[in-house]
Amino acid sequence: MSKHYYDADDLAKFGQISEFQPKLGKKFFDYYGSVFEAGALSEREKALIALAVAHAVQCPYCIDAYTSGSLEKGADEEQMMEAVHVAAAIKGGAALVHGVQMMNKAKDMTM
Amino acid sequence: MADIPLLRDISSLEQIPSENLKQGQVNDNVGIKQYTINKDKMKKSLQAQAHNLSDTQVQLELLNKEKKDGADFPKFHRKLEGIGLFPLKPTQLDIFQVNMGKMCNQVCKHCHVDAGPDRKEIMTRDTMELCLAALAKSDIRTVDLTGGAPEMNPNFRWFVEEITALGRQVIVRCNLTIILANPKYHDLPEFFKKHKVEVVSSLPHFSAKRTDAQRGDGVFEKSIKALQLLNKVGYAQPDSDLKLNLVYNPSGAFLPSSQESMELEFKRRLKEDYTIDFNTLFAITNIPISRFLDYLVISGNYESYMQKLIDAFNPAAAMGVMCRNTISIGWDGYLFDCDFNQMLDLKLPDSVGQHIRDFDRDKLLKRDILLNQHCYGCTAGAGSSCGGETT
Repeated sequence: MSKHYYDADDLAKFGQISEFQPKLGKKFFDYYGSVFEAGALSEREKALIALAVAHAVQCPYCIDAYTSGSLEKGADEEQMMEAVHVAAAIKGGAALVHGVQMMNKAKDMTM
Repeated sequence: MADIPLLRDISSLEQIPSENLKQGQVNDNVGIKQYTINKDKMKKSLQAQAHNLSDTQVQLELLNKEKKDGADFPKFHRKLEGIGLFPLKPTQLDIFQVNMGKMCNQVCKHCHVDAGPDRKEIMTRDTMELCLAALAKSDIRTVDLTGGAPEMNPNFRWFVEEITALGRQVIVRCNLTIILANPKYHDLPEFFKKHKVEVVSSLPHFSAKRTDAQRGDGVFEKSIKALQLLNKVGYAQPDSDLKLNLVYNPSGAFLPSSQESMELEFKRRLKEDYTIDFNTLFAITNIPISRFLDYLVISGNYESYMQKLIDAFNPAAAMGVMCRNTISIGWDGYLFDCDFNQMLDLKLPDSVGQHIRDFDRDKLLKRDILLNQHCYGCTAGAGSSCGGETT
């Protein structure tokens, strides 16, 4: 066991999670593969969504994987940073929209 | 950078951040001398810089060197052995690819030819005559002209006319900017049209930033203008048989993705933004030789890129590699299995005939194709050739 919680080399070992539970692992990776196939959304659009979500959930493995993935699918830096801003806007907005709840409560308990 | 692994992939795509590279730090890993990158040097070929990677032996040694952890990359010919393809044999002889010289008006960072304005090696008319004689006695239908910028060869137009007179289809690998580089090239679109030349042009991305990062400042804008000029004379227009194909290759240490989906995106963006039409997009993998190899080494991406190519080895792509239906002719008339072997100076054996003056179709069809570690570039994923994907 390394002394660090995160190791970049672990990304390539993602598939190994099936070792401890093959049936669920297989179901997950089959599903995962299908999700990222071109459908109503292109592979590039899905990679950019994944990149934005990766930032929102702050997963270093996902950021690594979908930075490469987005570039491979033909996205450029501008599109990628816009995707990150989408994540930031939603995260910021999610905090701020609760300001309404705070205001409601504050109004309820003040004169 | 080791403690910020997330940034590794992105930083490697930027212009070489020389201030971030300690002398010898990255290159020690692969035993290649560190040298400082600056803007002036980037405008010169490796040869003009007297860079050690301009020596093909140094490139081959590096490609065959063990990894940092001491393990070897699997040998390419062993992979072919594993699928019953070794020794690799030609299937037919369809394409006669002529490298008309290393001279070019651009100095692209990934160039496998190490071409540029400082390169003076170009094909002479005598060697072109030998090519024409070989073509005349063969049934090869397609002649693919490449360089450098083939149009800079003073005998380029004469050569195209002679090949066309033999009834063969000419493809020119045009870098686009040459059309605008000098008034004497402004009528190239008309010349191409007259001889029904198929034009194949690199445009690594529909964004200026990604294109210029690879091909040089201002290249995107000029390329767009040149594409518009080609459209104007009828290239890639409805009811026109004039073909204009684009080449996409990644501007960084990653593999191209699906040619089909990239083509859709390129068509949409180029049409919407610049009213440009083209026929087909060829997605081409960068082969780890010459300036792209240099880029991989100094950006610290060499091992991971090789590993990506090896992991993506595709037997179906190996079946369809272009060396099985192509013969490549160097500026000095020597024969090679492909343009990449040419740049590594991997000459055909004497027994097959080493020079275009010895051209012998039957011997060529029976030859063993020369393989090395760079060949993984053509067999990765959907495969890669001068005509794009091979599967």
